[in-house]
Amino acid sequence: MIGGVGMTDAARTRPGLDVDVSLSYGPTRIAAAFAVRPGHPLAIIGPNGAGKSSLLAAVAGLVPLDAGTVSIGDRRVEALPPERRRIGVVFQDYVLFPHLTVRDNVAFAARMRGPRAAARAAAEPWLERYDLIALADRLPSELSGGQRQRAALARALAAEPDVLLLDEPMSALDVEIRGDMRAELATHVREFGGATVLVTHSPADAAMLADQVLVLERGMVTQRGTLDELRAAPATPYVRRMLAASEA
Amino acid sequence: MARTATPVTGRLAWPIVAGAVLALAVLVLPLLALVVRAPWADLPALLASSAVLEALALSFGTAILATAICLVLGIPLAALVARAESWATLPRRLLRAAVTVPLVLPPVVGGIALLTLLGRRGVIGEWLDRVFGVTIPFTTGAVVIAQVFVALPFLVFAVEGALRSSDRRTELAAATLGASRWQVFRHVTLPIVAPGVAAGGVLCFTRALGEFGATITFAGSLPGTTRTLPIASYLAMQTDPDEAVALALLLLAVSVVVLLTLRDRWLPGATA
Amino acid sequence: MPRASRPRGAAALAAAALALTLTGCAPTADQPGGSTSPSEPTGAAATGELGEADLTVLAAASLTEAFDALAGQFEQANPGVEVTVSYGGSGALATQVLEGAPADVFASAAEPPMQQVVDAGLVSAPEAFATNTLELVVPAGNPAGVTGLANLADPDLRIALCDPSVPCGAASVELLANEDVTGAPDTLESDVKAVLAKVSLGEVDAALVYRTDVLAGGDAVDGIEVPAAAGVVNRYPIAALTESPAPGAAAAFVAFVTGDAGRETLAAYGFGAP
Repeated sequence: MIGGVGMTDAARTRPGLDVDVSLSYGPTRIAAAFAVRPGHPLAIIGPNGAGKSSLLAAVAGLVPLDAGTVSIGDRRVEALPPERRRIGVVFQDYVLFPHLTVRDNVAFAARMRGPRAAARAAAEPWLERYDLIALADRLPSELSGGQRQRAALARALAAEPDVLLLDEPMSALDVEIRGDMRAELATHVREFGGATVLVTHSPADAAMLADQVLVLERGMVTQRGTLDELRAAPATPYVRRMLAASEA
Repeated sequence: MARTATPVTGRLAWPIVAGAVLALAVLVLPLLALVVRAPWADLPALLASSAVLEALALSFGTAILATAICLVLGIPLAALVARAESWATLPRRLLRAAVTVPLVLPPVVGGIALLTLLGRRGVIGEWLDRVFGVTIPFTTGAVVIAQVFVALPFLVFAVEGALRSSDRRTELAAATLGASRWQVFRHVTLPIVAPGVAAGGVLCFTRALGEFGATITFAGSLPGTTRTLPIASYLAMQTDPDEAVALALLLLAVSVVVLLTLRDRWLPGATA
Repeated sequence: MPRASRPRGAAALAAAALALTLTGCAPTADQPGGSTSPSEPTGAAATGELGEADLTVLAAASLTEAFDALAGQFEQANPGVEVTVSYGGSGALATQVLEGAPADVFASAAEPPMQQVVDAGLVSAPEAFATNTLELVVPAGNPAGVTGLANLADPDLRIALCDPSVPCGAASVELLANEDVTGAPDTLESDVKAVLAKVSLGEVDAALVYRTDVLAGGDAVDGIEVPAAAGVVNRYPIAALTESPAPGAAAAFVAFVTGDAGRETLAAYGFGAP
């Protein structure tokens, strides 16, 4: 059973995520190794086409690996199908199920394991937590961008994943509301408390949402550290330009 | 946020308008002629005859059964065809051709093909007859098989189109939420393409209802058993063109009503 | 070569009508007079003085082989004339004529369809040119051991008959009634060739077709003569349509079919003299 009350049980020990993989993305070969501790989100940052989203999808099991390992705590998951990895994903522009209400979107994971009524009941605390009660009977097409983001997050976390992956969570939002939404998302990620990886091309996202940063350029890791460490010694022209642009 | 913006509707150039009007005339005028020519006064008597009602009931029964079979078989095939996008060119084209052929083939040829497969001396039919004593031609089952043969591509292409235009990432999202492949299909893929399935089912049904050539070739024509409405209409041409027109009108009315009501009920709104 | 087509269903009918329109239009465009030669058509038939003409003949399905041959002979005798024969159930063909299909000649397998066309004033003075009688037909080797008309009442046998609405079906009904046999058909086909096809494919055990069709069926079928069939004779009338765009050629074709050469060919295909 789901046990909605346990959802942000900080006392519960969350596993970390260890990734050491290589994969192909068109002609680009992506190779990256990183470890994420629970409660210390990692932001993967890099230019368009660097392979950030593919790397994230590979961790979730949505695209095949050429080689490597993905471990969650002491669980090796690289050979498991996505449905058995316990990795939650918030997709770029959210990919909510268009035919289901917000309630049924959030109840989806529970529905896969049990009857509809029980799944809906289990979704209730999550709807409440993410301020979705008033929107519960709406279809995703009737939501604003920010509401969709909350619904997508609730849907992913209601599955009680060990790991949360966020793919460009801000890119589908209007620029004016990004600041507020970023702060709200940061709160939710903290509450989740598990290992979290975020893909973005915005240093502002990384600053607000992550403790550490990994720079991916053309499939290769070119720098890693905190944002401050990157600022102090940018390893590549891209890192320098990116940080300069974000401060301008 | 709408994914596609509605473009400003410009005025069409006159050759386009002229062509469209002409095309519409080609489609609609013959049917209008049917309506104009119909023996309206005698229509009730013509249509209430037991032969007509028998043919109508047979047509409806077989077309409904054929549509059900097409749904059961066609949705998986549509999923395969949609997935074949990522295949090598040759197998992909072969698969697509296999689905398309019954669509472009004269139905009579389809009927002959069915006979050579399932007829009493057919590739499979000979064996069925010898081992089980089952012969398929001249049975109501043969009518249904002929209808499935000609109508299946309509369903497959409608569903395949819906699958292609749907966002495949919803399936990935479902997988990350613990859905097995079957659950993904059952809870995400299928409901999302439901409007396409409904549209395909309607097309499939009306095509099955209108099926003539493959049926008369493969199933024959016996009142109450294999003589469907189109066959009855064709035979009526031999003796009583008025009756033929009346039957044709009945078929037309049924098709139009089915297309109108089901489309309105199923197509829009489902994904709005 | 004569081009043969067998229209099926409304769509095919429409397509045929379109084809007929195209072929029918050609001569009027080429020759404003419509008819090529002012000379007597009978003379023209022998001498090839008909010039350029496209002739459309609507003929009963049972005439298929005989009219394919006749059309070929006629074309050979009249260079420049092209004959297109469209075969179908006589009733369906009559309807085509009534609906204004631009044909030149109509050959029916029975009187009633021709009478419809006469009543509409679209032909004058049809002429009988052949007769035909029914025969039992079975797949080669007679696998079901059919011996006579009585077998047609056997529900365990697969039996095909023509639909009563077409001439061969009307004749079948009459024959069976004369012999007090209650037929147990599994299918009532729209024309005699469809019945024959079901026999040649071995899909039915027995059927009634014209004796000419038994001949046309070749090695794939065997005929069983039915003495009583002599009592039910189909008479085939032919006539040129009054609205033919090529009346000279049309009349010449009718004269050819009803003449000695035509009769000889028809006899070779099993038809009786009128």
